[in-house]
Amino acid sequence: MSDFWSGWVIVLTSLQIVLAVWILFANRKKPSGELKTTGHVYDGLEEYDNPLPAWWFYMFVLTVVFAVGYLVLYPGMGNWKGLLGWSAVGQYEARVAVADEKYRAMRDRYLALPVEEVAQDPAALKMAGRIFGNNCAQCHGSDAAGAHGFPNLTDDDWLYGGTPEAIKTTLYNGRQAAMPAWQAILGDEGIDVTVHYLLSLNSREADPEKVVKGEQNFKTYCAACHGMDAKGNQMMGAPNLTNGIWLYGGSAKQLAHTLRNGRNGKMPKFGDTLTEDKIHLLTAWVYSLSNRNKNAEATLAAQ
Amino acid sequence: MSDNRIDLLAVDAAPAEVSEVDLYQKREKIYTRRIQGFFQRVRLYTGWPLLMGYFLLPWINLNGQQSVLFDLPERKFHILTLTFWPQDLVMLAFLLMISAFGLFTVTAFFGRVWCGYTCPQTVWTAIFMYIEQLFEGSRNQRIKLDKEDMSFTKFRKKFMKHSGWVFVALATGLTFVGYFVPIRQLVSDLVSLSGNSWEYAFTGLFTVGTYLNAGYMREQVCTYMCPYARFQSAMFDRDTLIVSYNPTRGEPRGARKRSGESNEALGDCVDCQLCVQVCPTGIDIRDGLQYKCIGCALCIDACNSIMDKMGYEPGLVSYTSENQLEGKTTTLLRPRSVGYVSVLLIMVLVFSYTILTRSMVDLTILRERNQLYIEAPGGLIDNVYKIHLSNLDADEHQFRLEVEGIDGVQIIGEQIVRVPGGEMSELSLRVRANPLLLSAPGTPLIFRATRLDDLTVSTEHESRFIKPL
Repeated sequence: MSDFWSGWVIVLTSLQIVLAVWILFANRKKPSGELKTTGHVYDGLEEYDNPLPAWWFYMFVLTVVFAVGYLVLYPGMGNWKGLLGWSAVGQYEARVAVADEKYRAMRDRYLALPVEEVAQDPAALKMAGRIFGNNCAQCHGSDAAGAHGFPNLTDDDWLYGGTPEAIKTTLYNGRQAAMPAWQAILGDEGIDVTVHYLLSLNSREADPEKVVKGEQNFKTYCAACHGMDAKGNQMMGAPNLTNGIWLYGGSAKQLAHTLRNGRNGKMPKFGDTLTEDKIHLLTAWVYSLSNRNKNAEATLAAQ
Repeated sequence: MSDNRIDLLAVDAAPAEVSEVDLYQKREKIYTRRIQGFFQRVRLYTGWPLLMGYFLLPWINLNGQQSVLFDLPERKFHILTLTFWPQDLVMLAFLLMISAFGLFTVTAFFGRVWCGYTCPQTVWTAIFMYIEQLFEGSRNQRIKLDKEDMSFTKFRKKFMKHSGWVFVALATGLTFVGYFVPIRQLVSDLVSLSGNSWEYAFTGLFTVGTYLNAGYMREQVCTYMCPYARFQSAMFDRDTLIVSYNPTRGEPRGARKRSGESNEALGDCVDCQLCVQVCPTGIDIRDGLQYKCIGCALCIDACNSIMDKMGYEPGLVSYTSENQLEGKTTTLLRPRSVGYVSVLLIMVLVFSYTILTRSMVDLTILRERNQLYIEAPGGLIDNVYKIHLSNLDADEHQFRLEVEGIDGVQIIGEQIVRVPGGEMSELSLRVRANPLLLSAPGTPLIFRATRLDDLTVSTEHESRFIKPL
């Protein structure tokens, strides 16, 4: 606060303490009379005027002493920081440091182990699951199975690779998708036939004439990133277009939208916000997910 | 008490002489005289079991853990075989209401028996007074000792007394903290000087508090601090039993010979002042009902001992009601007492019912927040739910999760969950349904958790399944 307000606070606080002390001592003596009551009558009821216990007086004095002591040690007199230099931010930072010490030790234990091994440790997975819940679940879902525009981390399909190294790179550096917009080059008809080709790749209903035309388009424009066989390219982050897993929806309309406008999905760069030990745990977590849910899906399919 | 009223009209409003007096008055120390008697025996027989309960209960272990432990960090209250979680807070509310109404009920019948017999302030003051008497002597000896100059004997007596006080205060403080921190660990921590600062702080706080309250504050708590003293008159009526002096019988008071003809003119009160000497709050019960009277019946026992010696009937000071003093009868069943007892009974029944029908499993379903629904292969729709499954039992159990309310619904994810005793498991479940079978965008979906080894232990929680419009 400005110097004026700081001075205002200091002056008023000091005045108030002095005033309180003065009132306390000034009221000590009172005239005694024969009256044992206060002299007021309310509906015929009166009140004795008994003396207050002396220890109340000492308690009052104690509170003043405490107040003065407090204002000397802690911030309260305007801008003055107090002798102890306490601040809420300082207290927070001290606590964070203590917590970091405590939890860092727990996580560093796993930093030394390879990801595959950490992925087998239930205690590590429990910790990792919580870090995931705090940082990743907002986009990828609390069950990590993804949503429209956010990849499913529990399946076998990887945009950039599912090895521990690839997962860690994704976490550290983030990812930026770069699917171009083809409206200008292909036009409405070109997009339509390409969509039909995509549908045919996935054994879905498609107009055979359009499929042929679409294949031409694909080989000219799309195969560079998605590969001739449309199985995708993990170097570019180009998805596999034949496995029925669609990040942005697989209906004809949605596929057309993707082609027309392109896609620029962004994975944040967690190397900036998370420490190495946390990223190591998260890598193990993501790595474990695809193995775990493999079994659940198999059970479901068998039912 | 009509003689104490001052006729204001007769007093000069502005007296000629004005002398000054202090607003605060140093309190006069109360030296109580020990007395034996029927009610003091009642106090002993009811007090000792309760005290032993207080001190010994934390040391009793059940199933490898402390039987009564209010585990604040874990947010679980263990009371004998029951464990209360934060969800059970409503039961604590019931318990407190029962305690309050129990207190009001007892007070409506028997007056301030809580104060006189069971209030910790009274009980611990009595203990400290006993220690004081033990080392410093009887009432007259103590008065004399305080007037003396410091000497070796006086120092020794005071030192022993204070040591005794500190010992009891420390035991009390330790035991109190022992209800919140496992007491065996607490004691070993403090003895080996390896406790954390909170353990020292709270044990120290309660030790100092007990020492000051029972050693020095004593009746000041009742007189100035305790609200119960002030509102007790709201709970009394003319049929409540209060400690009362019978003026009809006792007045005019006066000293007399053991046997003598002049006794005909005097009432039964021999003005021995014994009732004043034994009173821990320093009042004269012959002045009538006062807020300072804690109903401890020391004056009753004192007076009865004198009545005995004089050959008079006991009960000059006794537990009696205003009605009785005026010669009318005391009715037990009156609207106030019946009302209190009924309310108390209902609360106890509700509380017992709630405890007996507590489910051993708790289920909370939270919908995933980032998307309302997710498109799954084959035109199906997925909803993701976060599930908190609490195993309220002490042993580990397996639970099965099911959903119902939608035809053909599937669960993707683990349906069997193993939860350790007294813990909550968090898991995510994905529910898949066919949107063509749903008539509205939002459909109620019921989740059920059933314990595998006891199918009667189950609970359900409703959520919603959302499909595109």
